[in-house]
Amino acid sequence: MSKIAVIDYDAGNTMSVMNALKYLGYEVELSNDPAVLYKADHVVFPGVGAYADCMNKVREYNLIAPIKEMIAKGTPFIGICLGMQMLFDFSTENVGETDKEHIEGLGILPGSITGFKENPLFPCKGTDPQVLKVPHMGWNSLNKLNKDSKLFKGIDDGSFVYFVHSYYLNAVNRQDVATTTEYGITFDSAIEHENIFGCQFHPEKSGDVGMEILKNFCSL
Amino acid sequence: MFTKRIIPCLDVKDGRVVKGTNFINLRDAGDPVEVGAIYNKNGADELVFLDITASSDKRNTVVDMVRKVAENVFIPFTVGGGIRTVDDFKTILRAGADKVAVNSAAIDNPQVISDAAGKFGSQCVVCAIDAKRRVDGNGWTIYKHGGRIDMGIDAVEWARKAYELGAGEILLTSMDCDGTKAGYDCELTRAVSDVVDIPVIASGGAGTFEHFLDAFEIGHADAVLAASLFHYKEMEISDLKDYLNKHNIPVRL
Repeated sequence: MSKIAVIDYDAGNTMSVMNALKYLGYEVELSNDPAVLYKADHVVFPGVGAYADCMNKVREYNLIAPIKEMIAKGTPFIGICLGMQMLFDFSTENVGETDKEHIEGLGILPGSITGFKENPLFPCKGTDPQVLKVPHMGWNSLNKLNKDSKLFKGIDDGSFVYFVHSYYLNAVNRQDVATTTEYGITFDSAIEHENIFGCQFHPEKSGDVGMEILKNFCSL
Repeated sequence: MFTKRIIPCLDVKDGRVVKGTNFINLRDAGDPVEVGAIYNKNGADELVFLDITASSDKRNTVVDMVRKVAENVFIPFTVGGGIRTVDDFKTILRAGADKVAVNSAAIDNPQVISDAAGKFGSQCVVCAIDAKRRVDGNGWTIYKHGGRIDMGIDAVEWARKAYELGAGEILLTSMDCDGTKAGYDCELTRAVSDVVDIPVIASGGAGTFEHFLDAFEIGHADAVLAASLFHYKEMEISDLKDYLNKHNIPVRL
């Protein structure tokens, strides 16, 4: 049975991810020690909260180099929610509170993170029932774009997963987009690039479908 | 397709589910883990655990329950009942809950909403509101301590304030409708839902499939909560979802 490391940088959903992996029978270790992380067969990068705070924590724990190293040596690596978002170039989350144009991410994959409310096409004004609320919180379906996806092997097109987020990914390389999801607009809900995986939704909270996705990842 | 959520509420006392003990095929119908797992299997989109323990050991029993549920049930769940401080939020979230519902404490000290939202994110702060129509029929006021004390505060205004303070969701219970099985208070639900930009969970009064449909169509609810209807097997969540689906309400099937 493979050994899974969950990157520890005080992220909020760490325990839920660990619970799910343990339930599936995997040996799981929570760590920010590069020596431990390098030994793992699979690495999970969780994340909940604000983009800038999480990036600061990743820096504070000196995790940027180890993350890039693990990815470079081919270890299957999955970012969940903010963990996925941080793999990309930058986010515009809360930039209004700073003098910056955007908050820099890890830049491992090309793409950016923007808010639903920043998109003029997003229907968030008025009292019509068609108006959508932010955060996008609840169960939504996946449009499978990559039919050969390893992460979504055996997962039906249209399967439901659980989301909680106000910002979403625009991946530059469209061939990296494994699934998209509709919420007023269409956004990239999962990515898959060689050994790098990411999902905006929470597989650890997505019932049986989520457990299958985690199993697929851990079986790589 | 973004879906409307169906949420069963489980009352828990001393770490045990106290309603709905007539579930068949359960080894232990009072075990929150077993009941949670059954609801997950039947199509519940989320769970709400309402802790009604009165004993001094309240904190430990609820934390222990939250931990066990989190280790075995993999859909989102909210825990409420007697939450007073930001520290209470931290303890419950650390034990594995996804959201924490706060009611009376937020009325006494609204800052607990903004403090908890600032610390843990709005997505895990649920403001539970018990509302009752004013005697003159003009709007609704909020009540605290399980509906015992009328605060004289307008329910719609309070919901709006909770939203502005950073609550991520409103769990809105109509005290007039609760337990009647005569339908949700759609007017109240709609009044609140239309002034906040966060999801509103309608609660209190569900008796038939149509009541759920009304909560969504007339009340503009984002989610619906029911307790005894599901516990006593008067309605299966899967049947309810089939009905809603046939009436063009998007649900997770």
